[in-house]
Formats: sequence, structure tokens, C-alpha cells
Amino acid sequence: MNKQTDRKDHHSWRKFKSGIVSGLTFCSAVLVIAPLALVFVYVLKSGIGAINFDFFTNLPKPVGVAGGGMANAIVGTLVLLALASVIGIPVGVLGGVFLAEYGTARVNAVLRFIADVLNGVPSIIWGVVVYGLIVLRFKSFSAYAGGLALALIMIPLILRTTEEVILLVPVGYREAALALGIARWKTILQIVVKTASRGIVTGILLALARVGGETAPLLFTAFGNRFWNHDLSEPIAALPLQIFTYAISPYDDWHRQAWAGALVLVTGVFCVNVLVRIVTRVRTASA
Amino acid sequence: MSAITFEEADSIRPAQARMSPPSRFGDKVFYWLTLSMAFAVVLLVILIGWQLTLGSSYAVRRFGFGFLTGSAWDPVAEEFGALPFIYGTAVSSLIALLIAVPLSVATAVYLTELAPLWIRQPIVSLVEMLAAIPSVILGLWGIFVMVPWLRDYIFPFLQRILGWTPFFSGPIYGPSMLAGGIIVAIMILPIITSVSREILRSVPDLQREAAYALGATRWEVTRIAVLSYARKGLFGAVILGLGRALGETMAVTMVIGNTPQIAASLFKPGYTLASVIANEFTEATSDMYLQALFEIGLVLFGVTILVNLLAQLLLKTITAGADPGRVQ
Repeated sequence: MNKQTDRKDHHSWRKFKSGIVSGLTFCSAVLVIAPLALVFVYVLKSGIGAINFDFFTNLPKPVGVAGGGMANAIVGTLVLLALASVIGIPVGVLGGVFLAEYGTARVNAVLRFIADVLNGVPSIIWGVVVYGLIVLRFKSFSAYAGGLALALIMIPLILRTTEEVILLVPVGYREAALALGIARWKTILQIVVKTASRGIVTGILLALARVGGETAPLLFTAFGNRFWNHDLSEPIAALPLQIFTYAISPYDDWHRQAWAGALVLVTGVFCVNVLVRIVTRVRTASA
Repeated sequence: MSAITFEEADSIRPAQARMSPPSRFGDKVFYWLTLSMAFAVVLLVILIGWQLTLGSSYAVRRFGFGFLTGSAWDPVAEEFGALPFIYGTAVSSLIALLIAVPLSVATAVYLTELAPLWIRQPIVSLVEMLAAIPSVILGLWGIFVMVPWLRDYIFPFLQRILGWTPFFSGPIYGPSMLAGGIIVAIMILPIITSVSREILRSVPDLQREAAYALGATRWEVTRIAVLSYARKGLFGAVILGLGRALGETMAVTMVIGNTPQIAASLFKPGYTLASVIANEFTEATSDMYLQALFEIGLVLFGVTILVNLLAQLLLKTITAGADPGRVQ
């Protein structure tokens, strides 16, 4: 009798302990999410006041003059992303095709491993490398250098996502196409890559959203510019750079502009992420 | 009708052979094209190593190992020692790990083992959103929201309780080593959480079912069957987080105070390897100054490569080993 109640007590104690741990881990989950909410609320609260039509159409004003915008920085970021795409997308996608379609298991494992390690290289290192490679050689900060730095960050990212989605394409598709006598490269491009295209585009968009917010690799490659850039071999402004410069400045006007810039950047990055999530959900739902 | 003869069969083959050469040429071109793109990753590693060694060769020759142990950083006298930056990077990363590891691993456990199913996906999405916040924006928030808050409330509180230790004594500045560590912790929370979650998900369900069959509660299943099984992989996730923490640049630069000193008090400002590059690279007036910054980059690259190699090795072995037993 006594023994039985003991066991019962012990059991409820164990259940109680399990409940406690559930509660504690739930609290950690809340704490992990909290910074996201806090950052978002403050960016929205402080940024919304400084956002107006001028912000998107005007150049930055000198210190002491109120108003002005970041039109050049917004366009600059888009230009840098376009330059980065020109190199980053073809190299990343074709490299991913190789890993998924060709090569031996061992070599591919090594390449995959290297790509994963490259993803862990601090982004500021890419800035230093491109500085040595381009800026020192041509003796000028330039949009090209900034675009290259972002492209090099994109390559391992796109390579890995492309490979993963291509591997999801059923082998039967390839076999059917090859059985019809279609050349292998045409099979890959027109059947396999086309089937996986949505996933590949998702990977590219996520990579663009990631490098679009990068500041460190642009500090001494694109460098920033207070005016419009008319020559890609000259320094160019970028939104994250402008936010950084304004944030560490001592002027209240500039702080307001930094918050407004942050709101624009966060909105852009979040829109891409949400869009991608919706698109992938549609795909997994239909598959 | 009879079956085709060998002669007839032979006469079919040449026709096919005529069709294949052009495609074979295309195949070759495409093969080599994709191959060269895939091997670009090898080229990139060589490029980084080569550029950093080239850019720092004079500094390496002049300072030798003294660069790593010297604590003077005086660009005017051309004296360069990286110790304060190595110390700052190590301490801020350590603080970040101390804060982020328990939180992220617990969150991963909650998401894979304990949470009700409907709440899992929303939390996972939110964690991914946190990962998407650009570093510079976290830094902006750090300067104007987090640092004043820490200075006015948290730091005095810590000093009251732990002021007797050297780590929490002395005057309180806003931008400080501790603020830097906290912001890095926020930056690495998502990656440790999502990698840990992947690791826990790769634990075979048979493990869990066996423990449940013995009458274990949810937490006991997690502790006995899941966590002990996934220990190595979780360690890999932590090391991966460490790699990110070491290289974190913008947010840290904005809140750590950027003063090259080695001080016991975490309330004092510090400086990290990544932030000294970010701050001083464009100001490097002399060649030797630039060389020294390149060498800082070389040190940072070397350390992060080693840490990432270790992390990938730990993660590879766990996922490779777990796959065959996977039930789902």
C-alpha cells in the first residue's frame, strides 16, 4: 500500500518535472524571439516619422540642414545587387548543377564541405580580399569592387541551395528525357533546372536579401558616396553603409535618417523573406 | 514478320551515331562549364589566403609572433600588437556563447520535443526572421535602445549583486565588452537554434519510442533518448555559432566602445579583430598600418576557418550516422 502511494507520488513528481522543463524551454523560445519584436517595434516607431516622399527622391543634405533623403543609397544598393548577381548567380547556380548532376561522390563531398566553410567566413574578410584584389590595383574604391565583394559572399550560398533543390527532382524525369534521345546538357537545363527553378529562384532571392543588408564588405570597396554615382568605377552609396555612417554620427537629424533607412532596409529584407516563405509553402502544398 | 536480323540491327546504329556527336560536344562544354563553376569555391579559398598573406607579408616578417602577443597598438610609432583585439574577440564571443547556447538549445528542444505542434512552425519562422535582420540594424538598435537600457538598469543591477568580482566592478560605461557580447549573442541565437533543431530532428524516432515504451515522461525521453544521442551534433552547432560570433562585425563595432585595452571589468569598452578592420582600414595612412590590418584579417580568417572546419566535421558525422536509422 505504502509502496504504491510512493510510486504514485514519484510519478506525479516526474510529470511535474517534465512540465517545469516544458515551461522553461518555452520561456527560452520567447527570449529568443524577443529581440526580433523589440528591434522591429523600435525601427517602426523611430523610422516612420522620418519617412516621406523626399526620403525616396532626394540626396542626403549636409549636416544642420533638415530633410533630405537616401535616394542615392537606395539606388546604390540595387545597383550593387545587380552587379553581384551578374557574377554570383551564374557561378552559384552552375556550380550547384555540377554538384547535383556530375562529379564523383568524394570530390563533391569535399566541394560541399568547402562551400559550407566559406559560408562561415566573416563578411569583413571578403571586403579586405576585394580591397587587395581590386581597389589597390585600380587605386579607387568602386561600385565594381562592392558588387564583387557581395558576389563572392553569394556564391557559396546559392551553390548549396541550388544543389539541394536540384537533388529533389525525381530521377525519372532525367531518365525519361534521356530515353527520348535528348542530350544530357539539354536535359539538365530544360527539364531538371526548369523543374527546380522555383527553388533555385528562392535560394537566389534569399541570398540577395542576405547580402543586401551587408555593410562590412562594402566599407572599403563601395565606400559610400554622398552624391549620385555616374560611373561604376567610382565609389557608390549603399543603404546599409549610409545607415552605419549616420548611426555613429553625433547629429540628431542624421540619427532620424538612419532609423528611416533602417525601416526601408528591414521592410525590403522582410518582404523578400515573407514572399519566399509563401512561395515555398505553395510548392510544398502542391507537391 | 520475323525478328530483325543482325544486319538490320547494325544498319540502325549508324543513324543513331550520326545524331550523337553534336550533343556530345554540347555535353562536354556544359560539363566543363559547370565543373569550373563548382571548383570556384576552391579558388575562393585560395584567393582569400593569397590576398591576406600578400597584403600582410611585410608585417608578418617584421613583427613575427610578437604580433600575436604584443599589446601596443600605436600607428604613429608603427608599433602593432594584436593581443587586445584577440582578447576582445575571445571575451565577447565567450559572453555571447554563455548567453546564447542555453537559450538556443532549450528553444530547439522546445521546438522539436515539447511544444504543441501548431506553435512550432510560427516560432521557426520568427527565428528565421531574426536571422534575416541585417547586422547594421541590430547595431543601430544597440546604440540607441539597448546600450542606454543596459547602462541605466541592467549594469547597475549586476554591479550590486556581483560587484565584488573584478568582472563587474569599476565605473559603468554604456558601450562596453558586455554590451558587445550581448549583441553578438542576439546575432548567433538563430543559427545555433536552427542547426540544433536540425540535429534533434535527425535523432531516429525509434530512440524516442523505446524510451516512451519504458514509461518515460516527455522530458525524460528528451534527456535520455534525444539529448544524449545528439550531444556531438549539438556541440557542432555551438562551434558553428562560435565561428559566427568571432567574425561578427557591424553590430559589435557599434556597441563595444572600440578601445584597444585588456581590462578585467566587462563594463569597460573593448575592441575586436573584426571591428578594428572595419574602423581603421580606410584610415590606414602608412603602408605598415595597412599591412598590420591585413595581418589582423589573416588572424581572423585563420581562426574562423579552423573553427568552421571543426564545426562542419562534427555536424557531418552526426547527420551521416543518423540517416540510416531515420524512421520518418
